[in-house]
Amino acid sequence: MIAALTILLSCQLAGEVLVWLTGLPVPGPVLGLVILLAGIGVTGRIPQDLRETATGLLSHLSLLFVPAGVGVMLHFERIGTEWLALLAALLLSTWATIAVSALVFVGVARMVGGADADAPEDEGPR
Amino acid sequence: MTGPLGDVWVYLSATPLLWLTATLVAYLIGVTLFGRLGRNPVVQPVAVAIVLLVAVLLVSGTAYDVYFDGAQFVHFLLGPATVALAVPLFSQWKRVKRAVLPMAAALLAGSLTAVVSAVGIAAMLGASRESVLSLAPKSVTTPIAMGIAEKIGGLPSLTAVLVILTGIIGAMTATPLLNLLGLKDYAARGFAVGVASHGIGTARAFQVSELAGAFAGIAMGLNALATAVIVPLLVRLFG
Repeated sequence: MIAALTILLSCQLAGEVLVWLTGLPVPGPVLGLVILLAGIGVTGRIPQDLRETATGLLSHLSLLFVPAGVGVMLHFERIGTEWLALLAALLLSTWATIAVSALVFVGVARMVGGADADAPEDEGPR
Repeated sequence: MTGPLGDVWVYLSATPLLWLTATLVAYLIGVTLFGRLGRNPVVQPVAVAIVLLVAVLLVSGTAYDVYFDGAQFVHFLLGPATVALAVPLFSQWKRVKRAVLPMAAALLAGSLTAVVSAVGIAAMLGASRESVLSLAPKSVTTPIAMGIAEKIGGLPSLTAVLVILTGIIGAMTATPLLNLLGLKDYAARGFAVGVASHGIGTARAFQVSELAGAFAGIAMGLNALATAVIVPLLVRLFG
């Protein structure tokens, strides 16, 4: 697990440094993801240790949002006066975004005949 | 509080241990509840945890800053977890490569829909300018959304809350909504959830299938980039 965490943190660090050096409008961890993906792509395999740690972290991804979410207590007053506008915006916009993204994805996939709706699940390289 | 109990409280309040543990306990209660109630997506562990923790903090008179001193260790893991998305992404690589065009189109359409609809609806219903600006990056993962909000004059801490509410709404309602639309392609379903509701939606997608999870993860990463470009641009044009 320590080796895997070191890999993840190193990639994140490299991502942050690259963003700082280049001024790209890209978040450091996202660039870190690209770096790790390139690294795995070059070696052609995922070390067992890394797979287990990554799966562990990702299976509880929503836990990581709890501390920021508790910050809702700082905004009770604003939410009290603007709750209707905020709630309507969040609900309708989230639903519209899911519907538009999914329909466009499926529509374009059908047009180009690539990943069509009936394609069997592909597990990819293991 | 006075007496021995008060002393222990004073001691514990000064270390990160108490609120770090409380965060994990609250989340585990959420996970247990989720399991007991038949894994119904309406019972989101993250929502349960937030409600419990806010109640405990209010009752104990603890300030958010004090809580966050402990909880920041969990918050910090958002970075390495984002990097870790490379693993399922690689596992699904063949499938991903075949879907480049659908993904690009869905990303552009979804990202614009997320920003324009949220800002438009809130402004129409009379929300304050600060709230409207804080809403603009709501579909993007927390640290990035907070950065965008700061840049355009929103309130980063309000954005964090709106982002998480968006994630919870997406995780709770994506499955019935996508069933209603009759979409069976798990790549498309995962991607849509990732665009609309970032990491919390991605966590939900992984519960459904690894394929959906991988596409949600890509969508979350790509939408972070797209929104970081689109929002400042739109604010400059229409702000």
